[in-house]
Amino acid sequence: MEEKHSGPIETQSPPAAAPAEGLEARFPGSVRRDERQNFDGYLVEPGKLVEFATALRDEFGYDYLSSVTGVDYLPEERLEVVYHAYRSTGGPALVFKVQTPRQDPIVVPSLTGVYHGADFQEREIWDLYGIRFSGHPDLRRILMWEGFHGHPMRKDYQEPYFEEEGKPYKNRWPEGSVYRIEDKNPFHGNVQYPDEFTPEGWVPEGDDALYAGMKKVSAGGNGDGRGLGTEQIIVNLGPQHPSTHGVFRVVVTLEGETIVELKPVMGYLHRNHEKIGERNTYLMNIPFTDRLDYICSMSNNHGYVLAVEKLMGIKPPERAEYIRVMMVELTRVANHLWAIGFLLNDLGAFFTPALYAINERELILDVFEATSGSRMMCNYMRFGGVARDLPEGILETVRELVFERLPRRVDELDAYLTGNEIVRTRSIGVGVLTAGQALDYTAAGPVLRASGVPYDVRRADPYSIYDRLDFDVAVRYNGDVYDRYLLRMDEIRQSLRILRQVVEGIPGGEIQTGKPQYQVRVPAGEAYGRVENPKGELGFYVVSNGKPNPWRYHVRAPSFINLTAMGEMCRGQKVADVVAILGSIDIVLGETDR
Amino acid sequence: MTDEINNPDIPVPEELKGQVAITTLDKIYNWGRRSSVWPMMFGLACCAIEMICTAASRYDLSRFGMEVMRPSPRQTDLMIVSGTVTKKMIPQIVRLFNQMPEPRYVMAMGACASGGGPFKEGYNVVSGVDTYIPVDVYVPGCPPTPQALLHGLMKLQQKIDNESISTSPWYSQGASEAIPIPILGPDLIDPRDFDRIAARRKAAAEPSPEA
Repeated sequence: MEEKHSGPIETQSPPAAAPAEGLEARFPGSVRRDERQNFDGYLVEPGKLVEFATALRDEFGYDYLSSVTGVDYLPEERLEVVYHAYRSTGGPALVFKVQTPRQDPIVVPSLTGVYHGADFQEREIWDLYGIRFSGHPDLRRILMWEGFHGHPMRKDYQEPYFEEEGKPYKNRWPEGSVYRIEDKNPFHGNVQYPDEFTPEGWVPEGDDALYAGMKKVSAGGNGDGRGLGTEQIIVNLGPQHPSTHGVFRVVVTLEGETIVELKPVMGYLHRNHEKIGERNTYLMNIPFTDRLDYICSMSNNHGYVLAVEKLMGIKPPERAEYIRVMMVELTRVANHLWAIGFLLNDLGAFFTPALYAINERELILDVFEATSGSRMMCNYMRFGGVARDLPEGILETVRELVFERLPRRVDELDAYLTGNEIVRTRSIGVGVLTAGQALDYTAAGPVLRASGVPYDVRRADPYSIYDRLDFDVAVRYNGDVYDRYLLRMDEIRQSLRILRQVVEGIPGGEIQTGKPQYQVRVPAGEAYGRVENPKGELGFYVVSNGKPNPWRYHVRAPSFINLTAMGEMCRGQKVADVVAILGSIDIVLGETDR
Repeated sequence: MTDEINNPDIPVPEELKGQVAITTLDKIYNWGRRSSVWPMMFGLACCAIEMICTAASRYDLSRFGMEVMRPSPRQTDLMIVSGTVTKKMIPQIVRLFNQMPEPRYVMAMGACASGGGPFKEGYNVVSGVDTYIPVDVYVPGCPPTPQALLHGLMKLQQKIDNESISTSPWYSQGASEAIPIPILGPDLIDPRDFDRIAARRKAAAEPSPEA
């Protein structure tokens, strides 16, 4: 293995404009290159946005709108919406942005008519930044509740426990007196109220807007006005429910047992990852990413360090790359085992299949604990490397796992489940998402690939050492619950195949480029790091202004965006299938709500 | 186990040994309760994953008679608050607590449930579940390992062992007060805090003495 990858190298990705030559000529005057230093992509006039996106989708082949997010450029009095679009055939992202002045009314045209996948993300921007999207069919708050005061991700919003703009806080470091922030708050708790607010005579907003948006078709009987009329009822599932995989809520309109309309309601675990992330220094965010998708902390680390490494222009040494891929693929095996176990839980086989899956996952957690010191929250990767080298003997443990134990256990699960009559009857043909819908709704990961779109970031836009590893992108074509289950089985086998190569080929040498630093220097600019997480594409959009804290830190969460398609998957299905479909999407609430 | 409940202060005739056990009402009552604490099947965040692992075969919660997790609060004895308590979720948590029959116990599992944890400064995070509902056992860790959770459960068993049927509040007269359910307003409103909000508003409305 050659060692020359270890030094700082040019990581400038090929300009995204290259494959989409002619965009500026197609929209003269309303589309221009983003000329800011270390920024990429195009700036689009708001009036032309929908036309631009339509042309992008239909003429230039960018059929997948991956990420939509807002940025608040407070010093320039500007708000910006950033879009990342891809071609489903592969290649780098095309970034385009819309800028709007920071005075009310702040309105940007909605792209939900072009890409349905923008739906929840635009609602999130409305919630957190207060940008209205004209033409959005259901623009309500999504993470906070209706009636909440303020748009918390704006740079001038101060949370009740606000201390300073950025960490480390002066009072604690290097010599300060520690105080409890509760004591500085007039209510001695994490709350603040607008001055004019008074509880007397005030009525909470409640869920009226949500229920008003639920479709209620009052057609009698056969739809022709004759026959037996049925009454449609609205049913809530969650947030406390054993099958929602956490604090997740869905509201369904039922006609008999058939689902007419379904809306996910989230935010019950919204713990302000991004706001805290913008107060933190770059390094402090790594343990927070562990807590995003808490089943796959290692791969979350990977996405974040990739984004910051892109900005810093460094690359980890070869050994560190191998260790990273090893950890990430072990995570994928653990996650898919967990997902399959709990899908079976949702199908009614309570806990026994899950016990089989958890048993194997424990062995992988042992590897993590030996390597990083923690079972779940590994906090293992660093900018330009990993925190510590593999402990003695762990490679042998992994070798035993990936060559001997896990392949047998996967075959065993396969033998018990794949041909099982009940599993097949409950899952085949249920929750179908076609390839076109999957792209339109920005489904990612197993949900996308089970619908017949062979899109895997490890192949479509390779990072780390994946371009040198031999593996197949698993793909299934029916897009139902059963295929999503089968696809996870396939992916476990492919991950084991990767792991066998990694265990055999891991080189010696350094595990860190340069010295490990507490405070990294990140040059100004933007970067988007994306990895193929077990749940789908996990992206980190980081904007730096050269300060110790990121100016913008956004997580493109696959669990969150995959839920956009849930309503489509469930429509026309029976109410008992909702938990099965939800289980097959495989969400984790820490990531959905962040 | 029999040693624990069998109290041989009262002499048993030789011929009845092995057939008669003499104990106190408190001991047999607490022995029954401590060996069948049914937790609520209720997970909030990361800690819930470790809670599931604790219930699985390697750590095996059923050794303590606690593997029967019930999704309905009406059938449970213990609420393990396993994860970050957010403002959006706290009304439901308080409602679930109110719905649990007494005797009921609450365990704050992990840093977030105990005091806000790493997310304490967040605008949607409650600084510990004990600001709303009474907590019996705190388990530190982020997340606590299954061993730590088991230790917390054993601490709860110790607490149960020391209770007495004669002084237990749930057999005394009158029903216990339900905890007022927080309201989602411009920010989270604790109904017990109405006076303080009004007082602050009054102070803000009055011109300050210097002006």
